[in-house]
Amino acid sequence: MSIFEYNGSALVAMVGKNCFAIASDRRLGVQLQTVATDFQRVFKIHDRLYIGLSGLATDAQTMYQKLVFRHKLYQLREERDMKPQTFASLVSALLYEKRFGPFFCQPVIAGLGDNDEPFICTMDCLGAKELAKDFVVSGTASESLYGACESMYKPDMEPEELFETISQALLSSVDRDCLSGWGGYVLLVTPTEVQEKILKGRMD
Amino acid sequence: MGDSQYSFSLTTFSPSGKLVQIEHALQAVGSGQTSLGIKAANGVVVATEKKLPSILVDETSVQKIQLMTPNIGVVYSGMGPDSRVLVRKSRKQAQQYFRLYKEPIPITQLVRETAAVMQEFTQSGGVRPFGVSLLIAGYDDNGPQLYQVDPSGSYFSWKASAMGKNVSNAKTFLEKRYTEDMELEDAIHTAILTLKEGFEGQISGKNIEIGIIGADRKFRVLSSSEIDDYLAEVE
Repeated sequence: MSIFEYNGSALVAMVGKNCFAIASDRRLGVQLQTVATDFQRVFKIHDRLYIGLSGLATDAQTMYQKLVFRHKLYQLREERDMKPQTFASLVSALLYEKRFGPFFCQPVIAGLGDNDEPFICTMDCLGAKELAKDFVVSGTASESLYGACESMYKPDMEPEELFETISQALLSSVDRDCLSGWGGYVLLVTPTEVQEKILKGRMD
Repeated sequence: MGDSQYSFSLTTFSPSGKLVQIEHALQAVGSGQTSLGIKAANGVVVATEKKLPSILVDETSVQKIQLMTPNIGVVYSGMGPDSRVLVRKSRKQAQQYFRLYKEPIPITQLVRETAAVMQEFTQSGGVRPFGVSLLIAGYDDNGPQLYQVDPSGSYFSWKASAMGKNVSNAKTFLEKRYTEDMELEDAIHTAILTLKEGFEGQISGKNIEIGIIGADRKFRVLSSSEIDDYLAEVE
């Protein structure tokens, strides 16, 4: 079994009209055994920037701690929050620093940039960025997620519709992957508010 | 100065609480050629005298005003070679920032890092402080900005400032002439008039240098013919 499949994970982020949504599954496993059903994979960097980390859970947690550290110093020095594009470049640089002994995680970054423009991107474990205008996926269920998102996604969805779409895409994809699932966690961000919702799907 | 017993070692405070080497470094700056900067509402202008030691020197090969990044420029008063070292280090820091964040470095951050380098050389063994004060001018997301950095490593943001030989006359002149809503063109004229105040000899496009940056965020050094045109306007 590959190191990326040791814990199991599913992550997806989608762009809507002046909003974005980022969602993850909640299972933490040790190969085939389920160890937790409330594991957090999506983390807040600041009010308008979130990062989800799939792959090896320990690396996901460590990467998150390093990124929060860097962002806090940036906030103190520059007296402003990081733009999503800048943050993505930082994550990419940090991952590449470990080119020959990498962190086994794949980030999904989602944020609202200047003029409330939504920004999403993903990268591999070495920091190769992939910017997308519609959706990005990551984790053991990524192949199913690609299929589900491709068929369910429409551009310029309003927040309510975006929430429905991303939830359906996530739940149907994790049902086809034995290593991810046990419910879902969706975060919907608009310029004025942030909504967090827990989804109940097949609990297996 | 009565502190001469304590002026040998850079890293030793004198009883009056001064680092005498830094005082001496400021003297080196104060006997350098005059330079000044003015922040306008829509840009920044920096200017300096360019008095060459002999008429045989090829003036086109000398450039005192230099770029740190496409949108940040710098002029100095004091020892030219010291300023070149600082410009080199700052350019590298600006590029490192860009490599990490893929975003041009904000002026405040570059000034802070340049000042940190200058401070390092006031607290390390076997080195001496830089014999230059820098005027760093740029235009970024926070608008036009002008900073002065001293050999001690302290820096200040200025609306208009001068350094070098003629500093007190130049500053008095600038205090009288400066207005908050000055446009870049007015600032260039004021800069030329300020330099003229203390200039020995005939001022021309060949013996002063002017650098400007406007809302286009591209710092550029004016050519000598452009300077001559401005000089004609000012007459």
